[in-house]
Amino acid sequence: MKKTVLNQVHRDLGARMVEFGGWDMPVQYSGVIAEHIAVRSDAGLFDVSHMGEFEVSGPGAFAFLQFATINDLSSLVDGQVQYSALCYPDGGIVDDITLYRFGAEKYMLCVNAANIDKDFAWLQELEAQRKGNYQLLNRSVEFAQLALQGPKAAAILGALTSADLLSLKTYHFCESDVAGMSMIVSRTGYTGGDGFELYCAPEDAESLWQALMEQGSSQGLVPVGLGARDTLRLEKAYALYGHELSATILPLEARLGWVTKLEKSEFCGREALLKAKSGGIRRQLIGLRLTQPGVPREQYIVRSAGRDVGQVTSGTMSPSSRQGIALALVDTAAASGDAAFSIVIRGREVSAEKVKLPFI
Amino acid sequence: MDFPEELKYTEDHEWVLPEGDLVSIGISDFAQDQLGDVVFVELPEVGDKIEVGKPFGVVESVKAVSDIYSPLAGEIVEVNSDLPDSPESINTSPYRNGWMIRIKPDDMTKLDGLMDASAYQAFIEQE
Repeated sequence: MKKTVLNQVHRDLGARMVEFGGWDMPVQYSGVIAEHIAVRSDAGLFDVSHMGEFEVSGPGAFAFLQFATINDLSSLVDGQVQYSALCYPDGGIVDDITLYRFGAEKYMLCVNAANIDKDFAWLQELEAQRKGNYQLLNRSVEFAQLALQGPKAAAILGALTSADLLSLKTYHFCESDVAGMSMIVSRTGYTGGDGFELYCAPEDAESLWQALMEQGSSQGLVPVGLGARDTLRLEKAYALYGHELSATILPLEARLGWVTKLEKSEFCGREALLKAKSGGIRRQLIGLRLTQPGVPREQYIVRSAGRDVGQVTSGTMSPSSRQGIALALVDTAAASGDAAFSIVIRGREVSAEKVKLPFI
Repeated sequence: MDFPEELKYTEDHEWVLPEGDLVSIGISDFAQDQLGDVVFVELPEVGDKIEVGKPFGVVESVKAVSDIYSPLAGEIVEVNSDLPDSPESINTSPYRNGWMIRIKPDDMTKLDGLMDASAYQAFIEQE
């Protein structure tokens, strides 16, 4: 199993470790609910060094990425981050990514940990088909990544950096110093609140972790594991690859229509997605909230008007609302109909209502 | 971690407390710690018959669903009706407020096959 450079730090903190996408990662320190609440009310620190980073550079970088990704790079400026995805020619999703523009000829892609090898092999395959004046590099081992998230994140980070955080807007980044170490400071995250993702050299990760904890602990900063990372993202209805997104799910089915720029120019998957759109999207990702006690879980069957209409892709008990919440991929007719929903839990139908997303 | 001497323990991490001709059942401190924050509990109804090796209830944490087994067959005489509204009692007080069911066992002598506190502690150290 792969380990991040902070593995021993987590063990020393008494974290419970689990396997996630081939990595030995902390699932919780004090407890999922306490960590979740801390991120919503104060701040949390996550080790997300397992994420992958690719660089695409050179005069042909823009054209290559415009073909490889579904969002439109032409709207991106230097220092801006864009949420996007890689698709197969049939429109299925290879991965969802964030794309960083350092300059017109230099970009970084942040990809999911479990997909690093698959994504890079896929991009190399596209590269072989579309020769051009650009270079594709897998730089994942050169970065550790910490996510500092929550309403107090800016105050904690602000005390340790010369970066002008007041003018660093959401989905923008800069190269700066934090606690005397140089790194990428990105105002992004996976919790739905304010926060930062810090990309540093692996050898600096432990010093950065300690500096942030020392600065933040008096303001309520706590270490947060993958358990709360999942409940935090689910309350905000952010997709997780392998659950809401996969090679057999189209971005148009999974609420990624807003990043699927069908009109931009030719891109991998475009033909299939245009065809799917004109033929009618068969399934839709919706939000369900249980109106009776229970906890919805992945793969539980969703029923409406007496028939099975789909499955839960992610479900949990929302730590914020203490209600069962689920994202579910269901038939479009059911998704847009008026009939009530239920989720089958251990053979019993538990009532649910369709709700506007995000959940909170 | 706490393992009271007056209880008997199972390999599935339930505890059993004999009280006259009845026994109370819950899950151990070790089990609640492994599960993490408990958010949902499903219990049987008074009068239900329970069998050895068949789950009588379910405890769900944020991440996991766990079936709960009884080491003794018998009839449910009482359930902890506070638990559905305060499932976190299983974390904060696994042996007192977190008790789950009280049964009248068909055969009380089956208790003898269960582990005492020190045997259970040795058992979880091996796991």
